[in-house]
Amino acid sequence: MKGSLIVVGFFALGCILGWAGEGQWLPQFLVSGSVTTYVLYLLMLQVGISIGSDKKLFEILCSIRPKLLLVPLATIVGTLTFSALVSLVLAKWSVFDCLAVGSGFAYYSLSSILITELKEASLGVQLAAELGTIALMANIMREVMALLFAPLFYKYFGKFAPISVGGATTMDTTLPIITKCCGKELVFVSIFHGVLVDFTVPLFVSFFCSL
Amino acid sequence: MFTVIGIMFIGLGLGLLLKRIQWLRHVSKTISYTIYLLLFLLGISVGANKEIVNNLGTLGWQAFILAFAGAIGSALAALIVYKCFFESKEVNNER
Repeated sequence: MKGSLIVVGFFALGCILGWAGEGQWLPQFLVSGSVTTYVLYLLMLQVGISIGSDKKLFEILCSIRPKLLLVPLATIVGTLTFSALVSLVLAKWSVFDCLAVGSGFAYYSLSSILITELKEASLGVQLAAELGTIALMANIMREVMALLFAPLFYKYFGKFAPISVGGATTMDTTLPIITKCCGKELVFVSIFHGVLVDFTVPLFVSFFCSL
Repeated sequence: MFTVIGIMFIGLGLGLLLKRIQWLRHVSKTISYTIYLLLFLLGISVGANKEIVNNLGTLGWQAFILAFAGAIGSALAALIVYKCFFESKEVNNER
């Protein structure tokens, strides 16, 4: 928990700094996210080194079973079921609008762009942009939840929950925290889950936008 | 996305080759520091995004409900899968 709080602290500090310094003294390269990409690369290199230097690597590799396909399936079914239920609370949006946002699976950049573009025909420019912004925020929030609360999800929902919550991000952004909290034996499950869910994002989003 | 996975596999190769070097054992510590830096940078780009900040009140709570529902829904489904298909078997496999 202490680790999570430190992470929250750094995130909040970044938010304040970004908000206060945007367009003024804050260098553009920090805002655009290009540095983030390189830091992510650095992180992945370290994650690779930590896995490679692990003596139990081959045991882990052999532990991947077809049954583990159930993990991405759980992610998709669970997310979509609960997203559909949200439409009962949010009267403004239809079931399919909510499903389109939910099927971003934390992949915020792609899902928000797709929704803004594809919903324009049925909702009009203004509402499509609003739903796109909601998709952006909801999926960023989901990624942040996956990053910050991975230990809590692990504790209360079992060892696969941090992976499922991470959605499409479990092979890059959230992989380090998942490795740290669930153990290295789940790293290949996490990557395989991320790749598979990532692949379904454009399919599901465009499908629900067309309904 | 594939660059990221590719870089991880390069690290994996390095880790395999340099297994015997002592300081590699401390890599989990530097991973934590890099995560802090990454979240700090993510915070900067979120805070600097005027579209998000200006609409935070009106659209933010709707987004939060959807994010929360998705997270809890998938966590519940993951719990069901774990309890039904994995837990009992793992207990047997242990030692």
